[in-house]
Amino acid sequence: MTVERAISDPRDQFPVGMRVLAVDDDPTCLLLLETLLRRCQYHVTTTNQAITALKMLRENKNQFDLVISDVHMPDMDGFKLLELVGLEMDLPVIMLSANGDPKLVMKGITHGACDYLLKPVRIEELQNIWQHVVRRKKFDKKDMNNSGSQDKAHNDSGEAAGMGNVDQNGKLNKKRRDQNDDEDEERDENDDPSTQKKPRVVWSVELHRKFVAAVNQLGIDKAVPKKILELMNVEKLTRENVASHLQKYRLYLKRISCQANQQANMAAALGSADPSYLRIASFNGLGNFHTLAGSDQLQNTAFRSFPPSGVLGRLNTPAGLGLRGLPSAGMIPLSHAQNSGITGHDQSKLQSVVIPGNHNANILQGMPMSLELDQIQDRKIVTHIGQLPTTDNIPAFPVSGSLIDSRITGCSDNNPLLGGTSNSLMLEASSQKASLHPRNLRDSVSTMSFPNGSTLSDFTSIATTSNQLRESKSDLRCQAAPTSCNAGQIIRSAPQEWNAPRKDAPYNSNVMSCSINSSVSVNGAMVPMAQSLDHNNSMFHRNMDADAFGPSSFDTLYMKHSEGENSAMEPSVIQREGYLLVQPRPQRTYVSDNIGSLEDLASAMIKQDQDKGRDGDYGCNGYSLRTCI
Amino acid sequence: MESRTLRDQIAAMRQSFFDEGILDSQFTQLEQLEDRDNPNFVEEVLTLYFRDSANLLATVEQTMETEPTDVAKVDRILHQLKGSSASIGANKVRNEVIKTRELWQQGNQEGAKAAFLELRQEHGTFKAKLEPYFQQLRQAGPVQAAMRPQGQQGGH
Repeated sequence: MTVERAISDPRDQFPVGMRVLAVDDDPTCLLLLETLLRRCQYHVTTTNQAITALKMLRENKNQFDLVISDVHMPDMDGFKLLELVGLEMDLPVIMLSANGDPKLVMKGITHGACDYLLKPVRIEELQNIWQHVVRRKKFDKKDMNNSGSQDKAHNDSGEAAGMGNVDQNGKLNKKRRDQNDDEDEERDENDDPSTQKKPRVVWSVELHRKFVAAVNQLGIDKAVPKKILELMNVEKLTRENVASHLQKYRLYLKRISCQANQQANMAAALGSADPSYLRIASFNGLGNFHTLAGSDQLQNTAFRSFPPSGVLGRLNTPAGLGLRGLPSAGMIPLSHAQNSGITGHDQSKLQSVVIPGNHNANILQGMPMSLELDQIQDRKIVTHIGQLPTTDNIPAFPVSGSLIDSRITGCSDNNPLLGGTSNSLMLEASSQKASLHPRNLRDSVSTMSFPNGSTLSDFTSIATTSNQLRESKSDLRCQAAPTSCNAGQIIRSAPQEWNAPRKDAPYNSNVMSCSINSSVSVNGAMVPMAQSLDHNNSMFHRNMDADAFGPSSFDTLYMKHSEGENSAMEPSVIQREGYLLVQPRPQRTYVSDNIGSLEDLASAMIKQDQDKGRDGDYGCNGYSLRTCI
Repeated sequence: MESRTLRDQIAAMRQSFFDEGILDSQFTQLEQLEDRDNPNFVEEVLTLYFRDSANLLATVEQTMETEPTDVAKVDRILHQLKGSSASIGANKVRNEVIKTRELWQQGNQEGAKAAFLELRQEHGTFKAKLEPYFQQLRQAGPVQAAMRPQGQQGGH
């Protein structure tokens, strides 16, 4: 399998001599890990800081074959590192943790980890990790064949910062590659019937800037590839290129927005509806959710206080998020966004909920949203949001919101929101705020502790989702993406589903995904949804694939992103989700068309805003989410 | 002879650790990682652990007493402690950490603090037992070179 090793060193004796980078902030564990790896005859480099690890990896992409990293590290979240590595370097990453919580494991998976080991790690487990390298190479090869450029694998375009950093088209390819065998799909994804291989487009920073500018100009909700293409006015750029990039972007935004939402909410609450969401990255600790959840109001308030275009709006607007996030990769490296597409993939499904037009926190609040929701009634998802107060909907929302955050995997922080405690949040959302706080949802989702009681029950379904996500294809829908996430996020939360979804465990997961993405999206900010979805997608993506997510490459990306973001729903992912969700794909496998669907989703999302009806389509019908799931 | 007696003693000591549940099979894994190239691995790791965990415990205690309490920080540290204790096979210590952490996560700060005291104690016991064990090990010298007089008594 190592025929085409991306790595330059010829390792004839592979796996002997495989170059591993081990990262763990605990010195005891690091020493132990190092010794174990040496015993397996690998070549080991260690560091106790994630940032250092990233630096080392970036310096020379071909320096390592595999990365093993602890999940909980002080300087950077392990999931984020995972995402970054996956996006930038396309290296297999194995997560390590003393915490074997399935939600966390799920999170790892959605973020793109090849494996998740539990401490204390035994040597037997390490003796087989080389398979991940081989596997990846294999896939890469596949990709390479597709793209015809060997270098892709190494694309070192590690630029995490922007999707466009790709100085070589390889990068983009790389990301695609990450998607694991979605390469082929990628091409197919270009929602263009002609699946012929198109020359890879390198999304350079400049190009990406143009893209973002165009999107912002159009408005994230209205940004359709065709128009974007027109605005960008770049030769040789096809609609498909733009479409797939848009997908990723949305996912990324979603992810950010979720985070941002949380932050935004907080910020909003504080009156600073600024792109604090950018800071979302730090949201992981959404612990705030917890507070939010508890206070619920905080989020809601945040939402509420947000001017429609406020935080949510801000968050949602790709411009806001994207721009910021993208170039600065403030929160989430854009590259992720791109990648997140993958994960978002699933999520998008979930996301379809993107609550159109509800940028405002209303969604959460259910108030303004209700208006919109009403329109969406059909959508279920949307309706839920609006209805938040209604029992039905609310559950949906919160979930969405939280889901998004919690990504099901229980956001790194495990925001209590979702967790049992937050359940109330979610429920609260129903009553008032659809406190979907994306975070909360996520947390909730991840924590699953959702209190099944009360409205949460719906939620709970969501919360528990992570596992359920898989199953809950349909459930996702309910995720009326709580506006928690930057309103933009259309949380797929198919409100309708909510009521019912619970039943499906899988739903939950979907919800989660959706919610996460949509956490905010309810607001209609599609983007957020995407983000949330992203997360979800990532989560789902991994999981969902089984479900129907369709392995859109996006998802893969998403997953990768997801990690980084941690609860941050990668915008790209979200996009995915947004797409997915939006599309009323009756088939569960929404993902199947990856890009196509995403686009649809995206458009759907956009439409949502306009005509809530869309929601009806994808979202609430239960299936809508399904895509997510 | 003396070596042998010492070794028997060491072996008995070691076995008692397992019997009492102070150590678990993970410790055995550590031992297996020792070889000619890495003769004192176990001791090295344990030394590192003692030092690191002592710091962590101190930080936890301090954080617990600070107002307002940084709940997340304590949780993080406890998590880390759990991981490292588990990795070296410190069974009882790990269990105490888990217990403390659970209480803490439930919001029961008082209960967690009490559990933390027990954790501290268990940790102290662990250290007090393992250190002489290693001392004796050094004394006895590497198994292969059992005949070689090790010299210093307590070399640590």
